[in-house]
Amino acid sequence: MSDRISHLKRLENESIRIIREVVAECRAPVFLYSIGKDSTVMLHLAMKAFYPSKPPFPLLHVDTGWKFREMIAFRDAAVRRLGLELIVATNEDARRQGINPFDHGGYYTHAMKTEALKAALRQHGFDAAFGGARRDEEKSRAKERVFSFRTAAQEWDPKNQRPEFWQLYNGRMNPGESLRVFPLSNWTELDIWHYIMLEKLDIVPLYFAAERPVVTRDGSLIVVHDERMRLHPGEVPETKLVRFRSLGCYPLTAAHESDATTLPEIVAEMFTARTSERGGRLIDRDEKDSMEKKKREGYF
Amino acid sequence: MDAMVPALAVTPSPLEQFLGRQERVGLLRFLTCGSVDDGKSTLIGRLLYDTKLIFDDTLATLERDSAKHGTTGADIDFALLVDGLEAEREQGITIDVAYRFFTTERRRFIVADTPGHEQYTRNMATGASNAELAVVLVDARQGVLTQTRRHSFIASLLGIRHVVLAINKIDLVGFSEARFNQIRDDYAAAVRDLGFKTLAAIPMSARFGDNVIAPSARTPWYEGPSLLAHLETIDVDADDAEKPFRLPVQWVNRPDLDFRGYAGTIASGVIRPGDRVTVAASGRTSTVARIVTMDGDLHEAGAGSAVTITLADQIDISRGDVLAAPDAPVAVTDKFDAHVVWLSEHTLFPGRSYVIKLGTRSVSGSITRIRHRIDINSFEHVPAETLGVNDVAAVSVSLTAPIAVERFADVPELGGFIVIDRLTNATVGVGMVDSAVQASTNIVWHDLAVDRAARAAMKGQQPAAIWFTGLSGAGKSTVANLVDRKLHALGRHTFILDGDNVRHGLNRDLGFSEADRVENIRRAAEAARLMVDAGLIVLVSFISPYRSDREAARERFEPGEFLEAFVDTPVDECRRRDPKGLYARADKGLIRNFTGVSAPYEAPEHPELHLRTDQASAEELADRVIDELRRRAIIV
Repeated sequence: MSDRISHLKRLENESIRIIREVVAECRAPVFLYSIGKDSTVMLHLAMKAFYPSKPPFPLLHVDTGWKFREMIAFRDAAVRRLGLELIVATNEDARRQGINPFDHGGYYTHAMKTEALKAALRQHGFDAAFGGARRDEEKSRAKERVFSFRTAAQEWDPKNQRPEFWQLYNGRMNPGESLRVFPLSNWTELDIWHYIMLEKLDIVPLYFAAERPVVTRDGSLIVVHDERMRLHPGEVPETKLVRFRSLGCYPLTAAHESDATTLPEIVAEMFTARTSERGGRLIDRDEKDSMEKKKREGYF
Repeated sequence: MDAMVPALAVTPSPLEQFLGRQERVGLLRFLTCGSVDDGKSTLIGRLLYDTKLIFDDTLATLERDSAKHGTTGADIDFALLVDGLEAEREQGITIDVAYRFFTTERRRFIVADTPGHEQYTRNMATGASNAELAVVLVDARQGVLTQTRRHSFIASLLGIRHVVLAINKIDLVGFSEARFNQIRDDYAAAVRDLGFKTLAAIPMSARFGDNVIAPSARTPWYEGPSLLAHLETIDVDADDAEKPFRLPVQWVNRPDLDFRGYAGTIASGVIRPGDRVTVAASGRTSTVARIVTMDGDLHEAGAGSAVTITLADQIDISRGDVLAAPDAPVAVTDKFDAHVVWLSEHTLFPGRSYVIKLGTRSVSGSITRIRHRIDINSFEHVPAETLGVNDVAAVSVSLTAPIAVERFADVPELGGFIVIDRLTNATVGVGMVDSAVQASTNIVWHDLAVDRAARAAMKGQQPAAIWFTGLSGAGKSTVANLVDRKLHALGRHTFILDGDNVRHGLNRDLGFSEADRVENIRRAAEAARLMVDAGLIVLVSFISPYRSDREAARERFEPGEFLEAFVDTPVDECRRRDPKGLYARADKGLIRNFTGVSAPYEAPEHPELHLRTDQASAEELADRVIDELRRRAIIV
């Protein structure tokens, strides 16, 4: 008899099973690829699930136009290396109107992320979308099913979710309805890093500490990433040794001071961290219960 | 200092050793359940807080929320940590299960905090299905309640074998040992027959932390472990060694003509290259060639592993097939007995067609018989004709195709199933197989006539005749045709008997005298009845002016199978429409005995459907008919 299956192997098995089940039950799945550490792990699991075949679905990246350059470069390299199809979705109307993270706050996120995502899912007729969200990230995510049902209007009804038993997922739906599927539901942030270490996965270099120009706003360190960054009167960028714990749009994602330049150092830092992972995501702070609200409207 | 951090904080260098150790630290999945206000969410909040697993920013939010929504005065309201939905925080209740993660040096935990309200039992059951242990909370002042019993029963049904009875709010009964003993004994008696392997009762105050992570000085009479110590050490490993190999095929992997792999998660047993395997349904046998993974081929894989295997021979295998050890064949049957928990507000009627998903297989089937319902308070068996939401029952299930089935107690992966509504696709029931019924032999099959229920079940509907009656030009055929189209779109099997068309053939020899009209209706009713016997939904569109004829027609059917639909249009409106020019001719005296002009129309007194065309469009009326069919469970 084999040894007891290790913790990460158990998580890996569970995720692979979820990913395969979607492909078996759904007509047109798509993989929401957000380039971060969770997407990286989920993509690796998808490669394993179908080996020696390639994952039988395209990747979809919702590009707000405000991602870090390093993220876009990493994305293109990953897609090329793995030989996968990538769809990049942008809300061109909103972009033309000049919707941006400095002037339009919560509306920016809604237009450039939620609406762009919904439009892409509709346009391509996808009926299931993989997302890398984990239940340990945030309190409304802690409540969500693995197979999370969306109405024809792509809305989530958190008060009336389908019951879900064992690993017996119900992938049936009527035309127009869809699923958001979360293969990493039961992973923790530490599991993700541990797995990246063990499987030797490449990640966006922004996760490692480096000297970067930053300004301090409302206690958050914002990297002055390109010429579009608007400096407040009197603000002068200074160079600090910083890294990111979570990656999003650069004006909305806070860095923190760190000297962790290797994976073990990142993991060590995590043990002493006293703030939560999404603490650096400014969009989570704009309204109370903001994540649930955004999720109900179709945000991942 | 943190309970779990010191080893690292003091000596960060052996990080990888620590991670290696963590990697081997086992996982325990448990849930908290019990009645409303027994303190489930508070207990989880307390566990996370006392093990220092709440981040500073989360804690700051919690303190703010406690001041705003909290129910604990100046103290932190830990329930707000897990009640993550807006509606939950506003109402101060738990609606859906929340999953929380924490790790100590000895174990990692996923805890499901489940709702106590009976209304949300399905969410409690969701949380229980993936747990190995249940922490059942009881308010020491209340003792064992109906929900305590219900949750314990459901936990037992879904396969949980270990229970902690957390006798909470012990501070509110003055840390009374007598009260503790009394509740412990009540509970032990109540769950005696539920098959729990371990049951540990712990006196507790979740709010103040007594016996949560450390023994409390306020319960000196209690000598057992704290909750956390118990959770860290209890052995919940299922005794699944030596079980025969089972692999439900999830997906067939065919990147090219040279590779054909069967992907799936091993349900039980162990497999190695060279082992023989049998396809359960066909009985075909082959040999495992390789166990393929991206990290290289494996020489062995066991239960829980998500694998891809290839076989030495080309045999027909697809999703839903089960590969099994040839010396321990799996039962293949279209009938089994099971326990179900009904989760839907829509009543379960025996015989209605659902999709049953078991393993990787989804087939049509129905619950043919409710053997008994289980009274949740006394656990007694009571007879039942139907099942309502949250009912638990022993039932017989019949499928339209044989599938590989195991007892849930033996191989949960092939013994647990969900019941899915065909129309909404909602998960309306969850079931656990008790025993597979031997597949019928040919002799038995000959004895069993294919009856109307069987014919209808195969079509996934209840047969029925909908009898559209009304004046000529009232719109009967228009509505009936729309209903027909809608039913067809829903995949229902239908047929229309239209007065005019039937008169061209079957009733060609009949005129319009009263006697001939009676015979006309009689034949139409008999034809409709034959079709109902064949399992169809028949839409009969006949003027049928006489009440007694329609009643005679009704009597040819079983109760509930005949629906009278009165298409009610004022005669002046019919005359205005006059689609076939009949009123004009009747008015000129060219047609004798024309209903509404020169012959009477007896309007129905109590039609099942009263369709007034002057108040709604034909489309809306057709939808009303569909709604009524649904309401009557003729279609689902």
